[in-house]
Amino acid sequence: MLLLRSLMVCLALATAAPAFAVQPDEILKDPALEARARNLSRELRCMVCQNQSIDDSDAPLARDLRILVRERLQAGDSDTQVINFLTDRYGDFVLLKPRLSGRTVLLWTLPALVLLGGATGLLVLLRRRRREGASDGRESAQSLTADERKRLAELVEGPR
Amino acid sequence: MIAEIGHYALVLALGLALIQGSVPVVGARLRDRALMDVADISALAQFAFVAISFAALTALYVSSDFSVLNVFENSHSAKPLIYKLTGVWGNHEGSMLLWVLILSIFGAFVAMFGSNLPETLRANVLAVQSWIAAAFYLFILFTSNPFARLPQAPAEGRDLNPILQDIGLAVHPPLLYLGYVGFSISFSFAVAALIEGRIDAAWARWVRPWTLAAWMFLTLGIAMGSYWAYYELGWGGWWFWDPVENASLMPWIAGTALLHSAVVMEKRDALKVWTVLLSILTFSLSLLGTFLVRSGVLTSVHTFASDPTRGVFILAILVVFIGGALALYAWRAPLLKRGGIFAPVSREGALVLNNLLLTTALATVFVGTLYPLALEALTGDKISVGAPFFNATFGPLMVPLLLAVPFGPLLAWKRGDLLGAAQRLMVAFGGGLVAIAVTFAVVRGGPVLAPFAIGLAAYVMIGALVDLAERAQLLRLPLTTSLRRMRGLPRSAFGTALAHFGLGVCLLGIVGESSYNAEQIVAMKPGQSVTLRDYNVTFDGLVSRPGPNYRELVARFVVRRNGDIIGTLEPSKRSFAARGMATSEAALLTRGFSQIYISLGDPGADSTISVRLYHKPLVLLIWIGSVIMVLGGALSLSDRRLRVGAPKPAKKAALQAAE
Repeated sequence: MLLLRSLMVCLALATAAPAFAVQPDEILKDPALEARARNLSRELRCMVCQNQSIDDSDAPLARDLRILVRERLQAGDSDTQVINFLTDRYGDFVLLKPRLSGRTVLLWTLPALVLLGGATGLLVLLRRRRREGASDGRESAQSLTADERKRLAELVEGPR
Repeated sequence: MIAEIGHYALVLALGLALIQGSVPVVGARLRDRALMDVADISALAQFAFVAISFAALTALYVSSDFSVLNVFENSHSAKPLIYKLTGVWGNHEGSMLLWVLILSIFGAFVAMFGSNLPETLRANVLAVQSWIAAAFYLFILFTSNPFARLPQAPAEGRDLNPILQDIGLAVHPPLLYLGYVGFSISFSFAVAALIEGRIDAAWARWVRPWTLAAWMFLTLGIAMGSYWAYYELGWGGWWFWDPVENASLMPWIAGTALLHSAVVMEKRDALKVWTVLLSILTFSLSLLGTFLVRSGVLTSVHTFASDPTRGVFILAILVVFIGGALALYAWRAPLLKRGGIFAPVSREGALVLNNLLLTTALATVFVGTLYPLALEALTGDKISVGAPFFNATFGPLMVPLLLAVPFGPLLAWKRGDLLGAAQRLMVAFGGGLVAIAVTFAVVRGGPVLAPFAIGLAAYVMIGALVDLAERAQLLRLPLTTSLRRMRGLPRSAFGTALAHFGLGVCLLGIVGESSYNAEQIVAMKPGQSVTLRDYNVTFDGLVSRPGPNYRELVARFVVRRNGDIIGTLEPSKRSFAARGMATSEAALLTRGFSQIYISLGDPGADSTISVRLYHKPLVLLIWIGSVIMVLGGALSLSDRRLRVGAPKPAKKAALQAAE
């Protein structure tokens, strides 16, 4: 069932009363800072949920992280500093968009490889086809069997 | 007794599937009509037995027979009847039974309407179909038997997960499965063609409508699931790039590519080898989706390792069918004759570009979904791949695809005129530019790129209509002549235009919602108001109400615009005693294509409650666009060329004469 499993996990963690993700008391007074916090939260994973960002998750851990992000921002951290602060503690697992590294190089490049590979393959095929196509045209008349030629003649000249 | 009948019927269906999987193949080899005809009869009988089995499980749910483990774990006597019925597939075992039921329906359809197919092809197709069926019957009987009994019947069941107690469960899984499983037909046709080593016109004419039908169901299924998530999950998101969603998106992308390459094959006899491969891939991705969702591998690689029976079984099915089909492809595909040649700039060329871009998009979703699993299994490293990754990779890939969409239908087969097509699309370019300018002028805020995306949507929508206008020579001939020409166009031309138009509509909705969404998260006391864009929302108060199998806390909100009341909204929180769980039910107010969305958080002291309010501009267009796409598909499906199994007038005449 679509996307309900993640929800079940998080609901189970949040026990009987699901609070929702960002709660009124978390919101910062400064709208610019709050907007940055929201944007950062969308990039960070709630580590006890399935593939949910801390912005979407009801889990208590997600709330702790949201508050942590806001505290760092209020302390004057830049976005990168906040991210680094979190990855130092929780590892790259916390990032929903993995950084490019040796481990993720295939993840980031495979789509481009498919596109380039597909396009190259098509070009090669097209060229070969064109060469074959040119020769096909000449050969096709001769490659008919005697029977087929007889039928063709009948079709062209009408039944006798 | 009912459970035993259901169980036994499933065993009989397995027996039939084994016969159907072997005898007709031998028959096709020996050209023995009697042996081939076994396929038709057994396909119908298989359907009958699976239907009996499914009816039995339904009866157990309706009568709340808690001596059956599956019913005990997923039902409750106080549950409303509709959820007793839908609860049949609201769990692993039952949903697998629904899967094979739909598979057997498709098999029976081929048997009933396949009389115009070459008989060896029909026999082979039905045989392949029942190999799949046999594998899944075995899976159900050995690892997921829904009819297992408990030694002692408990007095009450554990109830269905409250989130699933929604009309969405009635619609979403069956539609999704009709799509997933529908692609098994094109798979069976591809494998049968490879076994025979030849493909002819009848093949393409058959595969296309089936693919189209499966694609329509899958589109509707995904759209429905998305709307369900939107109103049920309470934070107003409609697509989360969750692996379970991706599992359904992958066959959809592959199916969309298949739909387009099958057109080339049908019309121009080209791209045969590729179409066969896509048919195999599309269903393989459906199987992969089933594996991802049903094996528990998504929860964690470790849960999968700790209870591997189900996962390993589906994985084995996956390996046998995908590996087998691809090996057969590698061996036999060179036998298939290659068809018509075409210039790069042509309708065929445009459809090849469509396939290239869709395949790349597919690769993106595929790698993003499976990479974390593979990395963890191989190295133990854990990484996350979520929405930000897909937005950064999948999004940009869609731009060239969408730019190319209106060109396709305007290019001629074999050799097209790109410049001519561009000239005819001037209206669409112009419309797009106007849309960009208007958005910049009228709408404040939102991302800088959003107006361009809106322009792109307008371009796609207008571009889709240009093809029709061109073919009817609108404005160049007198209006009446044009309209007559328009009526004379094949329905498939309208189908294409409508589907492409729907794509533009859907894009408009996506951009509107994701770029111009307004949100308020506040704690409100009764009597308090908040302003959301042009709307003023007042919290009236809380009431407690009993439901059939839950209690709900309802909050009442009055929405005003310029002082006039335009509606009241009643979001609620429901607590279900049986599972000790609660759900939050959002309330929606539709204004044109936009919606106001309110969901509740935790109640605090003195009737304060935390509230999430959204204004979601154009959000409904996401689903309206999807439905338009499906209508386009339906229109195309009703085209005379594709109508299969049309009644034979000769027979009717004979019957009337006898009377």
